[in-house]
Amino acid sequence: MSGRNAWAALAVFLALFTSASPGLEPEERLADPALEARARDLSRELRCLVCQGQTIDDSNAPVARALRTFVRERITAGDDDEAVLAAVTERYGASVRLRPEWTAQTALLWGGPLIIFVLGGLAAVRFIRRSAETPDPSPLTPEEKARLAEQSEPAS
Amino acid sequence: MIIELGHLALILSLLACIAQAAGGLWGGHTRHPQAVALASTAAVLQAALMTAAFAALTHAYVTSDFSVANVYQNSHSAKPLLYKISGVWGNHEGSMLLWIMILAWLGAMVAWFDRRLAPTLRARVLGVQALIGAGFLAFVLFTSNPFLRMDPAPLDGRDLNPLLQDPGLAFHPPFLYLGYVGFSIAFSFGVAALLEGRVDPAWARWVRPWTLLAWTALTLGIALGSAWAYYELGWGGFWFWDPVENASLMPWLAGTALLHSAAVVEKRDTLKSWTILLAIIAFSTSALGTFVVRSGLLTSVHAFANDPDRGMLLLALCLALTGGALALFALRAGALRAGGGFKPVSRESALVFNNLAIAALLSTVAIGTFWPVIAEVALGDIVSVGAPYYDATATPIAALIAAAMSIGVALPWKRADWRAAARRLRVAAALTLVCAGLGLWLTGEGRGLAALGVAMAVWIIAGSATDLAVRAGLGTGRSFELVLKRAAGLPRAYWGGTLAHAALGIMLIGMLGGTVWKTEASEALRPGERMEIAGFTLVYEGVEERRVDNYIAETAAITVLREGRQIDALRPERRWYPVAEQQTTEAAIRLTLGGDLYVALGDPREDGARVIRAWRHPVIGCLWAGALLLAGGGLLSLLDRRHRVGAPAQRRLAPNPDPRQRPNLDPPETQGAAP
Repeated sequence: MSGRNAWAALAVFLALFTSASPGLEPEERLADPALEARARDLSRELRCLVCQGQTIDDSNAPVARALRTFVRERITAGDDDEAVLAAVTERYGASVRLRPEWTAQTALLWGGPLIIFVLGGLAAVRFIRRSAETPDPSPLTPEEKARLAEQSEPAS
Repeated sequence: MIIELGHLALILSLLACIAQAAGGLWGGHTRHPQAVALASTAAVLQAALMTAAFAALTHAYVTSDFSVANVYQNSHSAKPLLYKISGVWGNHEGSMLLWIMILAWLGAMVAWFDRRLAPTLRARVLGVQALIGAGFLAFVLFTSNPFLRMDPAPLDGRDLNPLLQDPGLAFHPPFLYLGYVGFSIAFSFGVAALLEGRVDPAWARWVRPWTLLAWTALTLGIALGSAWAYYELGWGGFWFWDPVENASLMPWLAGTALLHSAAVVEKRDTLKSWTILLAIIAFSTSALGTFVVRSGLLTSVHAFANDPDRGMLLLALCLALTGGALALFALRAGALRAGGGFKPVSRESALVFNNLAIAALLSTVAIGTFWPVIAEVALGDIVSVGAPYYDATATPIAALIAAAMSIGVALPWKRADWRAAARRLRVAAALTLVCAGLGLWLTGEGRGLAALGVAMAVWIIAGSATDLAVRAGLGTGRSFELVLKRAAGLPRAYWGGTLAHAALGIMLIGMLGGTVWKTEASEALRPGERMEIAGFTLVYEGVEERRVDNYIAETAAITVLREGRQIDALRPERRWYPVAEQQTTEAAIRLTLGGDLYVALGDPREDGARVIRAWRHPVIGCLWAGALLLAGGGLLSLLDRRHRVGAPAQRRLAPNPDPRQRPNLDPPETQGAAP
């Protein structure tokens, strides 16, 4: 029973992916190309809630379609991008956003890579400085060279 | 009978594995020759037994022996032979068997080929390798035995998921696993070195080929998966920053960093503890990549069935291995003393920077992948992290790496003259600026990203070409013939590294084609109606339905016109699998040098029209050609004389490419063999 479950998971995952021919239907498009372009950009920031990590732009699930329609309604009503995202978040919850907002709670998510880069950079600079002061080791003795060659070169 | 023999082989394999672990670790510690010999013998024996067990299961699949529960659940008598065989690893139990078999093979290869390795180091490597194997073998035997029988035997099987019945997905797991498991050797070498308390250039020279093997296989595995997504998912996307994909990217990044830092250990006898740490990380992320998907951990926020109990056990096993190795690292890494010094402007510094940037990229992927879990557990928030996050964080780091690549290649080891390097890269820099300007000028929306991407790509390719030209002596007054001869005489490891670098640039161009430069169109068309995309005219001729094997296909006929002349006919398809109740799309792709024309069939409309979706991804072929070249570079490097195991040691007396650049006493063929 449980043996199949992991693979059932993969199957579900694949099914969610593949059953979705891309979502946006020709009828949904807005007539104004500028507004439509904005709607497409916003769609790529929003997750289809029933799919595995797909954007609403990529999914043909009914929920995704509802979200696309909602986004276009807000845009047509004159909302700017921020207001559309706020309205969508209000209605569907924060997990609909594929780009988590900058808040105190997501500080580590957004700042983590930079922190690691800076801390790692400090360590790297220290290492490079120390290495610049390291005197060169005495060259290998002939015996050592022979041993290295013996250990690393295949025999004839 | 064969199944019972397979089961027996699996049990004996565990016993051999325990003997290998005991003999290896004890022999390594006491230098007892018989214990050391036991480890080697047990390693070969274990590989033979695992092969027998795997063969027994494969036999059951090929002969459709449905008295075996695993075969019943995952196969069908009417399935093509290819998918009967790929069905062996298309399920949890069988894939574990494949995983352990590769692990055992690699151990046996160390025992068999690496005879010149210091005996205690070899014994310890085998011992650690066997510890990993014993853990997973016990897991398979006690929780995931593929050899369980059913009584009475069912008449036919439940078939493999139709989506897994695809040539791309059939070969994707073995390559991926060879990559994941390949890093186990680097891990074992790392832990063994910690036990020995020493790391030297000889150690690095032994680790390099194993890392290269794993890295090359992983590159191919990821490329296969990406290509599958491109042609199967119906809109030509190739990377989705999905947790499953990220799980394979993390070990790839760690392996890439390891290849470069091992080069520093090999050439300059420094950066040792970091290299050991990378070897541990590369395998830990690999194990995590294989099993985190099955644990249910990453998907807990999604609606997604799986098997948390066994998955968590696997995860605990991985954490125990990683934790043990890291604890040992904390205790012993201090004992590793750096050898050679170097100046701040040098190849060494560039490689330190390379490692720093790759580590930052790896952390970004790790943080983004695990953030939803962390947020849910620690903060009680349910959040999603998707492509926009990775685009925002990974792009600047990738740009830094690209910038550093060509500079690093232009710097010699130990001490470099930055003015000389700058002079050398003048042409590449000018070319980069011109092409980035062209990218800015020729691109509409997203031109900033296009200019950045083009700049990165051209800079990498031109930097590699410059280095090649300098090493071959171009522009030094030598005859062209001589230059070519010198280029051909450069070591394969050098060629491999240079081609791999250039391949990344080529892939970048393809990625731009698949994202920034793509155009798309979708329209509901009645038979005879047409639509335009990127200079092509598509005429929808109609759709035809037919029954094939185990699915119903509806195939559209679409004529492709360019300037009024027919140039092609495309047949996009949708398939309906009634038993599995699943629909798949089979896009029709016309791939040429200039790019693809990607057409997918959409839903029917009430008035008899069909939605046709079309994409044009210019130069997308660069992505796939680049990926192949990347793996090819790894393979070429692997075939370098110095890595070849058991080959006669003919020292090639190649002319030394550039005597002024020889910093140390390496033999000529090791010159410039940076990965």
